[in-house]
Amino acid sequence: MGLTGAAGQIGGDPRAAPGAVVGAGPSVPLVRRSPLLRAGAPAIPGAYPGAQEAAEAAARAGILTTSLGKVVAWGRYSSLWPSLFGLACCAIEMMGASNARFDLARFGAEVFRSSPRQSDVMIVAGRVSQKMAPVLRQIYDQMPEPKWVISMGACASCGGIFNNYAIIQGVDKVVPVDVYIPGCPPRPEGLLDAVIKLQQQIAANPPTGLFA
Amino acid sequence: MSAIWPPEPPGTGMPTGAVPKQEGIPVIHPGGRGEFLEKIEPAEELMEINMGPQHPSTHGVLRLVLSLDGERIRACVPDIGYLHTGFEKSFESHTYQQCIPLTDRMDYLAPPMNNLGFALAAERLLGIEIPPRGQHIRVIVAELSRIASHLIWLGTHAMDLGATSVFMYCWQERDRILDILEWISGVRMMTSFIRVGGLMADVPQEFEPMVRDFLRDFPLKVDEYEGLLTSNPIWRERTIGLGVIDAASALAYGCSGATLRGSGVPYDVRRAAPYSGYEQFAFDVPVGVNGDVYDRYLCRVREMRESCRIVEQAIDGLPGGPVNSSDRRVVPPPRDEIDTSMESLILHFKLYTEGFRPPPGACYAAIESPRGELGFLMVSDGGNRPYRCKVRAPSFSNLSALSQMVEGALVADAVAIVGSIDIVLGDVDR
Repeated sequence: MGLTGAAGQIGGDPRAAPGAVVGAGPSVPLVRRSPLLRAGAPAIPGAYPGAQEAAEAAARAGILTTSLGKVVAWGRYSSLWPSLFGLACCAIEMMGASNARFDLARFGAEVFRSSPRQSDVMIVAGRVSQKMAPVLRQIYDQMPEPKWVISMGACASCGGIFNNYAIIQGVDKVVPVDVYIPGCPPRPEGLLDAVIKLQQQIAANPPTGLFA
Repeated sequence: MSAIWPPEPPGTGMPTGAVPKQEGIPVIHPGGRGEFLEKIEPAEELMEINMGPQHPSTHGVLRLVLSLDGERIRACVPDIGYLHTGFEKSFESHTYQQCIPLTDRMDYLAPPMNNLGFALAAERLLGIEIPPRGQHIRVIVAELSRIASHLIWLGTHAMDLGATSVFMYCWQERDRILDILEWISGVRMMTSFIRVGGLMADVPQEFEPMVRDFLRDFPLKVDEYEGLLTSNPIWRERTIGLGVIDAASALAYGCSGATLRGSGVPYDVRRAAPYSGYEQFAFDVPVGVNGDVYDRYLCRVREMRESCRIVEQAIDGLPGGPVNSSDRRVVPPPRDEIDTSMESLILHFKLYTEGFRPPPGACYAAIESPRGELGFLMVSDGGNRPYRCKVRAPSFSNLSALSQMVEGALVADAVAIVGSIDIVLGDVDR
């Protein structure tokens, strides 16, 4: 992965050299903008005295120290590929979220994949009927790990206004859900919020035991 | 197989396994490509593949069972019901007012249209009339939602055939229409703005300038879309002569809307059986000649321009006065009256707890939705809920013609044909 050499660029502008000067202002290393090493970050727990200073000095020199799990989590949340799973009304707002006005691409989640094999987040947008539920589960099973589910809208979350024989009362009866979005249908901003919340969840739970 | 009862007559039902070899393949491309494909020998066995229910180009959760002879489709059986929501049954357990939000979610590309159809049927049962201002605003909202629906159709149809940028163009204008709907109702999509007896409320002052702004820009935007597609050689190559259906077959299948008009039948409910005062407005009903994907495309694009004309006339001649019927059985008393009159308070309370009770009877009311004739057959037994409400969904009938349209076409062309009949699965399955 080239962690020692090029890792200083993580989170920064990959075209700029590490430690490059932005504009005419004071010299600010680009690496400072990385979510992995923010200015004023808490001290590394259990580290020897002076470890924080050493890390900062290394950062100024273009070397970033982090844990592999965090880098992997960063890679995961920075480019979520949603599975194109539009069912009903909410799918229209999901399409709206990927368009110019709302622009889901700003959060790195605009690459809607038609194949579950290529996607890692399933946005269940709409009501799930009894006939569709096995299909939904099969598509979820076909997605590679790690995978997440966003339940978009009232129908997917709890059945919404359709409390009848035809509609599954919440998609969490079929697949595990990470983020629920209220609304009927939710505005595209609601979906953006869910994507950001999911990214925060992923960042907060970096994978462990990668070399085990 | 002997266990199936009643026994299926030969040649019906889902094709299973090998289908006997047929003589020749019909030429469906009058242009150049058909001649090449005609030379391909029909295969001994057909391969069955599923298109959907999870497929980006089936416009929802539609499953098409295709029997393929190489790349050619020899038979297509649509399998529907993946979005069956039980609307018609749910209507029977909701009061008439509670049904309005349910109707929103049937044809979810043009929700106000469903409100309008349901409200017209209920009003016909009740025998009430809507004041002219209410009717004009209904027409404006309906035509705006027709444009919004056609914009989604155009964007997704073009995207299915690889023209991704059209999608981005269309969505910009659609968002402007949603802004107008949000301004008058508070919701972007599921407005429930058209109610039995009138409207949710009168429109705010800003409505008129917003609509006029939109009308000023929109014809130029349609020019832009047409500039991207109408004379585009790739677009023409992929749509002309494809998915042809003749007028007689289209009528026999019960097609309506642009799917029927593309074949040259000038049937438009707004013209044939005007409702909500459509007879006052001058507009043309665009019809096609060849009944192919391209003609249906041209019809819908022209329809957007005609809708603009209708909205322009409606907003120019927007009368004053109330928007709701004065019938107190259906429409709640005004807010200030509730403060001073005990009877009004009781009436308001009764209306929202019990609802209203149309006299026993049955009626049918149809409107021209973006997809065709959307009809509501409503039966009342004198109670506060519909005894039965059958929806005549245009997408369902249009979809039934798909099998004939795609027979002999290539798999990639099936995508174009499905896009051209503009189905919404919420409307098909209900």
